[in-house]
Formats: sequence, C-alpha cells, structure tokens
Amino acid sequence: MSNTPANDTPLTIAGKQYASRLLVGTGKYKDNEQTRLALEASGAEIITIAIRRTNIGQNPDEPNLLEALPLDRYTLLPNTAGCYDVDDAVRTCRLARELLDGHKLVKLEVLGDEKTLFPDALQTLKAAQILVDEGFDVMVYTNDDPLIAKELENIGCVAVMPLAAPIGSGLGIRNPYNILTIIENANVPILVDAGVGTASDAAIAMELGCDGILMNTAIAAAREPVLMASAMNKAVQAGREAFLAGRMPKKRFASASSPIEGTFF
Amino acid sequence: MINILLNGEQTSLQPNMTVSDLLEKMGLQDKRLAVEINLDIIPRSEYQSTRLNQDDKVEIVQAIGGGQHRIKALKPTQ
Repeated sequence: MSNTPANDTPLTIAGKQYASRLLVGTGKYKDNEQTRLALEASGAEIITIAIRRTNIGQNPDEPNLLEALPLDRYTLLPNTAGCYDVDDAVRTCRLARELLDGHKLVKLEVLGDEKTLFPDALQTLKAAQILVDEGFDVMVYTNDDPLIAKELENIGCVAVMPLAAPIGSGLGIRNPYNILTIIENANVPILVDAGVGTASDAAIAMELGCDGILMNTAIAAAREPVLMASAMNKAVQAGREAFLAGRMPKKRFASASSPIEGTFF
Repeated sequence: MINILLNGEQTSLQPNMTVSDLLEKMGLQDKRLAVEINLDIIPRSEYQSTRLNQDDKVEIVQAIGGGQHRIKALKPTQ
C-alpha cells in the first residue's frame, strides 16, 4: 500500500487527508473482479465512478460494481463523464449527491470535442461556478492552460486537474512546462488527469511536483491491468520521493564521480 | 393506466403509483439510486409520498464503473 514519505505531508483534498496520491477510474475493466483487484493493487483511496441509467427490466440483478467493492476502503468520486454541456454536468453532480446521501466531492469534466475529448474551457468555468455556489467540492478536469487552471482555482474548485494528453491516448505528459507553471502558481492540489500511458509517465508527473494523478485507461487497457496497477502504485511513490529529494541539475558536460588524486597511472 | 417515459422508454403504469411503488415493481427498492421526475430530483424521503402522473419523464440512475467513456450522457428529456 502507499506510504507518505517522512518529509512529506499527506495529500489533502477538501479537508480530508489521503495516503495515496494515485486516483483510479473504475471503467473499462474486464469485469468487477478485475476492477476490484486492480484497485487494490493500485493502492488508490479515491476512485471515480460514473452516473448512468439503471437497467430496468433487462437485468435488474446484474452485479453492480459498488456491491463488489469494499466501499469502506474508498472515497467515491462521481464524475460527469460524457457530459458536453453545463446542464448535463450540473444535473449529473446533483444526482450523484442525492445517490450518495449528500456526498459533496465531485469530479467535473465538460467535454468539447468527441475525437479529442478535450475539455470545453468556457463551459467548464460556467459549470464549476454553479457547482461551487451549490456547495459541491469540485475537482475539475481542464486543459493545461495555466490561466484557465488559475481561474478554476479562483472560482473555488478544491483541486485542479490538468490533462497530460487526451483521455485514453496513453501519450504521457505532452507539455511538462505548462504543468510545471500550473503547479508553481497553484494554491490548491494539482492532479494530472488523463493521458498517462505507463509507469514512467506517472513518475514524471510526480517529479514535476504534482500532488497526485488520476488514471483509468493506463491500467485498464494494459495487457495485465492488475500488474500495471501495482507498477503505477510504485511509480507514483518513486516520483514523489524523487521530487522531495530534489534532483541533481542537468549538465552540458560530464562530471567525474571518482577523485583524480591517488591515480596510479 | 397512465403512460410515463421511464429511462427513455414509454412505460404503462397503474394510476396513482408512488415512486416507492415503482421502485418495488422494478425490483429496485433496495438499490442505491437517484430518481428524477421532469428534471427535479426526488429526495429519498419523498419516495412514498410522490405520485407519478401522466407524461412524467422519469430517470432512475445509479453509480457504475466509469473513467471516461463515450457513453451518451443523460439528455434532458423533451
């Protein structure tokens, strides 16, 4: 499981502390059992869920994911996956809050384009304002524009989540300098969300100083999801420790590691 | 009988059914759900006292596994 390094503070979102900086989505797995095992291997404490119509009449006894998971271990983060406008996103969050007995933490995403699944920045800002005004704790998916990220923070979002690359693309962090700028200017947790493909991508994000990472496809679409979940768990910890340790500077030329005095040749 | 739109499907019901009655009829009474009628969310405490009327647009939703899918979102029913 995840441990907070000695010189670190736990990830704190909306006043609650978490030992794990890896957040995981629950979609795209083979079945509920694989989902359960992957989540466990990941060490994640926050997991995202979607809100959808109940199957009526077709299969009312179909095993529901939430019934297969040890819910006391996880904080559920309902998201607005698939929403392309403000109304749908806000409506989804309100339904999620009702469904989960007043649970206020939500992940907001308002998509702008079906091919890239990039967030619609203007709609996202509007939806965020409405949700914050209604008392939600909003973690918000956004692009890597530092101005938009800061504005979402100013609106009152509890965490800002810039994408590394398009959802499900596995391309890794496309623009590390933008992510770095966002992190340096932020007073709320910054979690990279979307586009991570493999363990090194996760480590790189943490080395930039991200407070956490959210991923789904990187684990679910791996050949061995449970093993990848374990890799991601370690990568997030390794990246965080490297960040806290403070890396050496990059140099143009070599710098020998062994002394010259005492050479016998 | 009255007709309602239930999760996008035309459905016939006995008149004067409550939300509780409907959930029981569907075998959903013990599930973790949210119910919306004509875009208004019905609190759980009001399921027993809220009746369904002709032409109501009802959505019954639940939490499912999801990261980011291209599934159709809830559309405001017309």
